[in-house]
Amino acid sequence: MSSEPIKEQAIADSSELKAATRLKTKLATFLEPANLERLRPTLGYQTAVLAIFALLASILLGFADLATRDVIQLRLEEDLKASLEEVVPADLYDNNLLADSITLASTDNNLGADQTIVYLAKKQGALNAVCFKFFAPDGYAGPISLVMGIDKNGEILGVRVITHVETPGLGDKIEISKSKWILSFNGKSLDNLTVAQWAVKKDGGVFDQFAGATITPRKVVQAIKRGLDFYKAHQAELLNAAALH
Amino acid sequence: MKLSTLFSEPYRKIAKDGLWDNNVVLTQNLALCPLLAVTGTATNGLGMGLATMVVMVASNAAVSVNRRLIPAEIRIPIFVLLIATLVTLVDIFLNAWMHELHKVLGLFIPLIVTNCVILGRAEAFASKQPLMPSIWDGLMMSVGFTLAMVVLGALREISGAGTLFANASVLLGEGFRFMELTIIPEYKGFLLMALPPGGFIMLGFMVAAKRLLDQKTAEKPAPDSDILNLQLAEQDS
Repeated sequence: MSSEPIKEQAIADSSELKAATRLKTKLATFLEPANLERLRPTLGYQTAVLAIFALLASILLGFADLATRDVIQLRLEEDLKASLEEVVPADLYDNNLLADSITLASTDNNLGADQTIVYLAKKQGALNAVCFKFFAPDGYAGPISLVMGIDKNGEILGVRVITHVETPGLGDKIEISKSKWILSFNGKSLDNLTVAQWAVKKDGGVFDQFAGATITPRKVVQAIKRGLDFYKAHQAELLNAAALH
Repeated sequence: MKLSTLFSEPYRKIAKDGLWDNNVVLTQNLALCPLLAVTGTATNGLGMGLATMVVMVASNAAVSVNRRLIPAEIRIPIFVLLIATLVTLVDIFLNAWMHELHKVLGLFIPLIVTNCVILGRAEAFASKQPLMPSIWDGLMMSVGFTLAMVVLGALREISGAGTLFANASVLLGEGFRFMELTIIPEYKGFLLMALPPGGFIMLGFMVAAKRLLDQKTAEKPAPDSDILNLQLAEQDS
C-alpha cells in the first residue's frame, strides 16, 4: 500500500538527478575555454555578463543591507544616547531620553535641519532639562554637528561636538578630547551674557578663539547662540508639552 | 595547497615585489590620495591599511575566479563594480558589528574606492593569474602598502605631535594600550607635519631613502617598473 508513493519519489529523484547532471554538463561546455573564447567578443554575451554582475552585486548589497540595517540603527541610537548623556547630568532625569522627545520646526533658526528633535530630561515627570542635536552648517571645512543640553531656565548644561571636518591641529580643538575649550560654555545663557558677548574675543565677546583658527570657534559660538535662541522661542511650548506628556 | 608553496620561487617573487621592489607607495608612487589623507597618525595608517587589505585580497580573488568570463572590452566597469561592492560591504559590516572601529575608520573606508592600486592589481595581475597567486599578490601588495603607511604615519606623528600610535586601543582593543607612546614629552607640536604638505615632504624623504638603500644593496639598480607605472598612472586620477 505504501510502495506507491516511494516509487513516485524515486522517479522524481532520478529525473531531478538527470536534470542536475544535464545542467552540469551544460555548464561545463559553457565554461570550456574555447567556448568562452568564442563568446567573449560578442555583444550579446558582453551585455549579459555586465547585467549579471550588476544584478549579483545589487542582490548581495540588498541582502547585506537587510541583515545590517536594524543593527546599525541600534548602534546609532546607542551613540546618540551616549552623547546626550554627556551633556545632561545623570541626576537630572530618570526617564529614557530617546523615548521622550518632541519634534519642532527649526527652519528659521539656521540649525542645519528643518526639524529638530528635542529630548526631554524629566525627573519624576517634571521637566528639568532638554537636549538636542543640531549643526553649525557653516563650519570652516564643512558642517559641524553638535549636541547641547540646556536646563529648563535656559542655562547651558553642556555642549559637545559630535562630528566635524575642521583642520586637524587647528580647528579640531573644539573636540573635548583635544581641548577643554568646549567646557567654557557650561553655565552660560542668554540672560547672563549680552548678545555682544556671545562671540569670540576677537569679535568683542567672551569666548577664546584658537591661535591660527578663528573661523571654527566663531561659527561654533554662533551656532550655540542660535541653539539657545531656538530653545527660548519654544520654551513655553516645551514646558507645556512636557507637563501634558 | 601546502604552506611550503608560499616559499617557492614565484611566490617569493610576488612577496618581494609587493613588500619592497614594487611597493605601491615607495616605488609605484600610487594611492597617494588615501595615503596622505590618513597618515596623520600611525594608528590611522594601520587602520586604513587593514581595511585596504581586506578589500584588495577579496577583489583580487573575485577578479581571478571570473577572469575567463570577463571580456576585455568591459573588464574595467566590472572590476570597478566588484571593488565598489566589496568596499560597501566592508563599510556596512564594520558599521554594524565593529562599530567602535567604524567610528575611527568610517571616513576612510569610502576612500578605498579611490585607491587606484586595487584596480591596478586587478588589471595587472589578478585578471591574468590563477586564484592562489592572485590572493597572495593582493595580500603582499597591501601589506607593503600598510607598512609604508604605518612608517609614514609614525614619522609624521612623532614629528607633528610627539606621540606614537595614539588611540591604538580604540582601533585594536584595550589590550593594545601599551602601544600608545609619548616619544617627546611636553612637545608643542609641529603643525606642518600633521597637514597633507607634511605628508608629501616626509614621503619624499622615504622614497629617497628607499632609492639610496636599493643602490647600496644591489649591484644592479632598483628593478625598473616604469612601464607598469605608466600604465597604472593612466588609471590614477
